[in-house]
Amino acid sequence: MSEMNATDRVGGTKPPTLQLSGLHKSFGTVEVLREIDLTVERGQMVFVLGRSGSGKSTMLRCCNRLEEPSAGSIFLEGQDICARGVDLDKIRRRIGMVFQSFNLYPHLDARRNVTLALRKVLKLGRDEADERATSALDRVGLANRADHYPGQLSGGQQQRVAIARAIALQPVVMLFDEPTSALDPELVGEVIAVMRELKDLHMTMLVVSHEMAFAREAADRVVFMADGRIVEDAPPEQFFTQPSEESTRAFLARYSA
Amino acid sequence: MDQLILQFFNVEVMAKAWPLLLRGLGMTALLCLAVIPLGLLGGLLAALASTSQSRWLRWPTVALIDLFRALPPLVLLIFVYSGLPFTGLQLPPFLAVVIAFLLNNSAYYGEIIRAGLISVPAGQSEAARSTGLTQSQTLIHVVLPQALRNVLPDLISNSVEVVKMTSLASVVSLAELLYSADMARSVTYNASPITLAALIYLILLWPVVRLMSRFQRKIAI
Ligand SMILES: Nc1ncnc2c1ncn2[C@@H]1O[C@H](COP(=O)(O)OP(=O)(O)OP(=O)(O)O)[C@@H](O)[C@H]1O
Ligand SMILES: [Mg+2]
Repeated sequence: MSEMNATDRVGGTKPPTLQLSGLHKSFGTVEVLREIDLTVERGQMVFVLGRSGSGKSTMLRCCNRLEEPSAGSIFLEGQDICARGVDLDKIRRRIGMVFQSFNLYPHLDARRNVTLALRKVLKLGRDEADERATSALDRVGLANRADHYPGQLSGGQQQRVAIARAIALQPVVMLFDEPTSALDPELVGEVIAVMRELKDLHMTMLVVSHEMAFAREAADRVVFMADGRIVEDAPPEQFFTQPSEESTRAFLARYSA
Repeated sequence: MDQLILQFFNVEVMAKAWPLLLRGLGMTALLCLAVIPLGLLGGLLAALASTSQSRWLRWPTVALIDLFRALPPLVLLIFVYSGLPFTGLQLPPFLAVVIAFLLNNSAYYGEIIRAGLISVPAGQSEAARSTGLTQSQTLIHVVLPQALRNVLPDLISNSVEVVKMTSLASVVSLAELLYSADMARSVTYNASPITLAALIYLILLWPVVRLMSRFQRKIAI
């Protein structure tokens, strides 16, 4: 009961941070996303699970229109980002994205990876941009690596710089697409630690990841996708202990085995 | 043997031809200064058009690049200088040379830069666009620096070709280095000015060529 009240308080006054409604996506004749409805409330961390090819990345990439939805709508704090005439670049600076392969700019050092958008998009002066970059890098524990180029950083450090690059723009929501899948097992922890810290700072996050233990411990909700649909959407306890769908159970059985 | 040295390595003749060759070298430099930067610019535009989303931009550009890469530059030059006058357009030699070489080199630079653009992973522009950078900001600050760096040896190599190509301008009587040397030869009845010109080309280009070999060896490792 108290849980419901909390939800009401957050959701009641403000529109959800991110809301997908009736989202479809086809590549040619292949339907990859079908009738996706998903709401991410402010401050929530929502995990997305699903087999390879179930459409997780495509759904995430629709959220900042790296992929153009075929039908349906996406609302960012109540604003339809697919509406005609929206300034997509202005929308995107409010949505942080972290990629499986980091995608740091290899020709720029860590600091300038972070400052590029601060300078060119937010039009901050050099000093202010540097200051913000330093505090973002500090947040991910890499202020002392600001002068290093991506090639001089470990995978875990690169991903943390990528997170710093995104949070420096102070986005209202962060999208993570398998942020730890490309990492050696011993480097996964440091990235998860940073994400946990973001969660403590009430960052709104939509996370595609197979780190089950992390999902179970930190997620507000877990969503399971199969064949381009969301077939399960539940709090982690319920999701992992008594999922309602057979496909979810099969998936969990395979992963916990 | 002495005869040979007198004919090809006559220092006295070389000294006399030197001022003329120096002026020729100036013209060669001027041609390079026009053709290399403008060719790079034309090549960049060609590369962007040939990788564009729009097929109406892509196809004609690819066709033009193919055309100007296949045509021998000398044929292009003669066409521009001696062919166009039949349409009533007589260009001064310098302009004719610059135009002919620009067509050729925009195509070559274009093909090189296109390869560079393609070599940059799509994730780079996706990351940039996801932070709100515009398409042109992404190109300028993220994609192009990496693209150009990836094909730098090819760009330098083609620029060496441009320097060599300028000697073709002698056929339209533009007084660049080779033409000047040949003039000096016909006046002195001695081949030494040609030798001197060859030496100048060698001194100019050999270090570049050497450096590139080392560079490419490093990349190969
Ligand atoms: N650009 C594209 N063109 C055509 N088909 C695509 C494209 N991108 C994705 N697909 C297809 O869409 C489906 C969903 O892909 P998506 O990458 O969203 O899956 P995923 O759940 O993220 O998988 P993974 O766990 O392997 O990352 C797959 O069948 C894929 O082949
Ligand atoms: Mg994926």
